Amino acid sequence: METHPVILLTIVAEHVLRERLIAEIQKAGVRGYTVYEVEGEGSRHRRVSEVLGSNIKIETLVSAEIADLLLSILTRDYFRSYAAIAYTTSVYVVRGEKYA
Amino acid sequence: MTDLLWTNLCSPLCLAFALGMVARLLKSELSLPRDLYASLSIYLLFAIGLKGGVELSHTTFKEFFAPAMVTIALGCFTPISAYLVLRRIFRFGVADAAGIAAHYGSVSAVTFIAAQQFVNAMGYPAEGFMPTLLTLLEIPGIQIALTIGAILTAREANATEQLTSNDHEESRSRPMSEVLHEVLTARSMILLVGGVVLGFLMKDSGYKPVKPFFEDMFKGALTLFLLDMGLAAGSRLKDLFKAGPALVAFGTLMPLIHGALGACLGAWAGLSIGGTTVLATMAASASYIAAPPAVRMTLPQANPTYYLTAALAITFPFNLIVGIPIYMSIARWACGA
Repeated sequence: METHPVILLTIVAEHVLRERLIAEIQKAGVRGYTVYEVEGEGSRHRRVSEVLGSNIKIETLVSAEIADLLLSILTRDYFRSYAAIAYTTSVYVVRGEKYA
Repeated sequence: MTDLLWTNLCSPLCLAFALGMVARLLKSELSLPRDLYASLSIYLLFAIGLKGGVELSHTTFKEFFAPAMVTIALGCFTPISAYLVLRRIFRFGVADAAGIAAHYGSVSAVTFIAAQQFVNAMGYPAEGFMPTLLTLLEIPGIQIALTIGAILTAREANATEQLTSNDHEESRSRPMSEVLHEVLTARSMILLVGGVVLGFLMKDSGYKPVKPFFEDMFKGALTLFLLDMGLAAGSRLKDLFKAGPALVAFGTLMPLIHGALGACLGAWAGLSIGGTTVLATMAASASYIAAPPAVRMTLPQANPTYYLTAALAITFPFNLIVGIPIYMSIARWACGA
């Protein structure tokens, strides 16, 4: 089958940021996303909230431009103040036109 | 006084909380499922609101007016007093002080419930409209502290910008309307205010069929919830040592001051001994459910260890075990009993 390269952007962040990050990626023009509830610890070693707990992981398939845009938004507005990380991988999809 | 303390200590609430703390200290793997915690908190908040609304439907405006005014005044005063004490006396930074003050300006619904149970057990039931006062106290609390924090941190950031030469862009700060929206539509707010409105509209006749669920089962659900709170507070205990004596001092003194103020104002507004005790307890309490996410969103520079430890590991157990009986004693004195 013919496959097309696309970027998988993954963001792992503290739970409070859930709605904000989803709004942020939608504003940037993503075609879709998946959210997971995950657990873990980061370099700051702080559990921010007992009662909210856990973290979220957002995955979205985007073009290189949108990935870049989102990474700079995250660096500018989120990384300094909140516990969050983001990384990209190259993946291959069918129906490449969905993500252009 | 000691028999007050002892009765309180042996209540299911305190005992369940203590069990949770002990379990955590013994490093037990016990933990309540997240969804159970979420379900219990929805149930408890909604149930308080409903009951309060039903009671409000047979309260006259005259009975309600003075307590309501006094409550709003308390709601505006407590975040400011907490902030000033933290800044001036304990020398916390702006963001930390505002973050902690937001918790102390707000109310702990669980502490409120515990106070209600206590005054009932003591034979001094509070007025029925207390849940409405709870919401009145809650609304200004977080908002004022966050506003102070946002304004002052922005001012601080501008000042340091002139000193350092930073090339990176300034991150945009969140508009106040967004923050206000978040606080006003928070789950606890909707359930409490909504519950009050619904209770008011449905009145006793509408409430009767659902009463077994929302009232008879209430204490049991609350006991389970407090077990979870004990577990959470127990996890925070090691942070207590990191937090230092200043936080412990604040976490025990500020509630006493706010509690005394609440008791005097409540008595002056004509509340019963029970009502005065509950109002005092509300003023003395620190939120640890609604406030932390609001503060985290708006003041991420504030250190969560401080505000969570203070609210959950210091003030909550203090109020639960020692505070409520103390506020009742003050209330009895203030009401001239």
